[in-house]
Amino acid sequence: MSDVADRVRKIVVEHLGVEEDKVTDSASFIDDLGADSLDTVELVMAFEEEFGIEIPDDAAETIQTFGDAVKFISEAQ
Amino acid sequence: MFDLTGKTALVTGASGGIGGAIAKALHGAGATVALSGTRVEPLEALAADLGERAHVLPCNLSDAEAVTALPKQAIEAMGSVDILVNNAGITRDNIFMRMSDDEWQSVLDVNLTSTMRLCKGVIRPMMKARWGRIVNISSIVGATGNPGQANYAASKAGMVGMSKSIAYEVASRGITVNCVAPGFITTAMTDKLDDSQKDAILGQVPMARMGEAEEIAAAVLYLASPEAGYVTGATLHVNGGMAMY
Repeated sequence: MSDVADRVRKIVVEHLGVEEDKVTDSASFIDDLGADSLDTVELVMAFEEEFGIEIPDDAAETIQTFGDAVKFISEAQ
Repeated sequence: MFDLTGKTALVTGASGGIGGAIAKALHGAGATVALSGTRVEPLEALAADLGERAHVLPCNLSDAEAVTALPKQAIEAMGSVDILVNNAGITRDNIFMRMSDDEWQSVLDVNLTSTMRLCKGVIRPMMKARWGRIVNISSIVGATGNPGQANYAASKAGMVGMSKSIAYEVASRGITVNCVAPGFITTAMTDKLDDSQKDAILGQVPMARMGEAEEIAAAVLYLASPEAGYVTGATLHVNGGMAMY
């Protein structure tokens, strides 16, 4: 779990250019981390690549926060 | 002038006059091309004519599954799709009052819905690559309307609105989406017109001649080139002055 969280955090920090300590479980990509809708699509693409999983569009829409992403990926693996 | 060496292009409707000319122009600028269309023989002939860097990918654009598979096949064959040219189109003309649902739907499916699906299929890898060119072949009829072509005109105008919307969304990722709107071009589609119809059309064209497929291809080549990187959401009208925008 923590390994997943670290890898997801690294992707988010790199992609959105935010400070690591801002990436908390409840941090919303759009509201708190400054992502636009296209950034969220690209984050999902990056997660898919990093973890070798498929995230369908309807599932992607439920991934709003860093915590959502970690939870989804942990369960998908 | 325009160098597409190392770039890959998928062209639909490549078995037709304009599509074939577009494929030749992109290939001539150094691109690897995937030729798609329904009729295999002309595609094979064109590929043989082009020689290296040409792939044949037959596809029936009214078959949603086949359309969704096409970008994947193109990426398998060429490694990527840097340039997508949605050129395929059909007509099923009828006066509007007699136009059947089937005549309407089949034209919308092939001309507009397949274009949407192919754009969707290539845009993900283009976003990753931070580079992409989509050129959709619209028509003057999409801007002016034409009696007997409510379905065709709707599909071609729809392409313009869709292209502009996609262009907005992906502009920040180095992807441009533009349209080319041909006027009356010498192709199998316009060969069907009789002399009196042709005379009537030419009377409206300031240049008093039909356009050539190569003249459309040149516009596509420009929009596909690195030099056109600041042009997006545009429609380039190539129509001999028939309608000026």
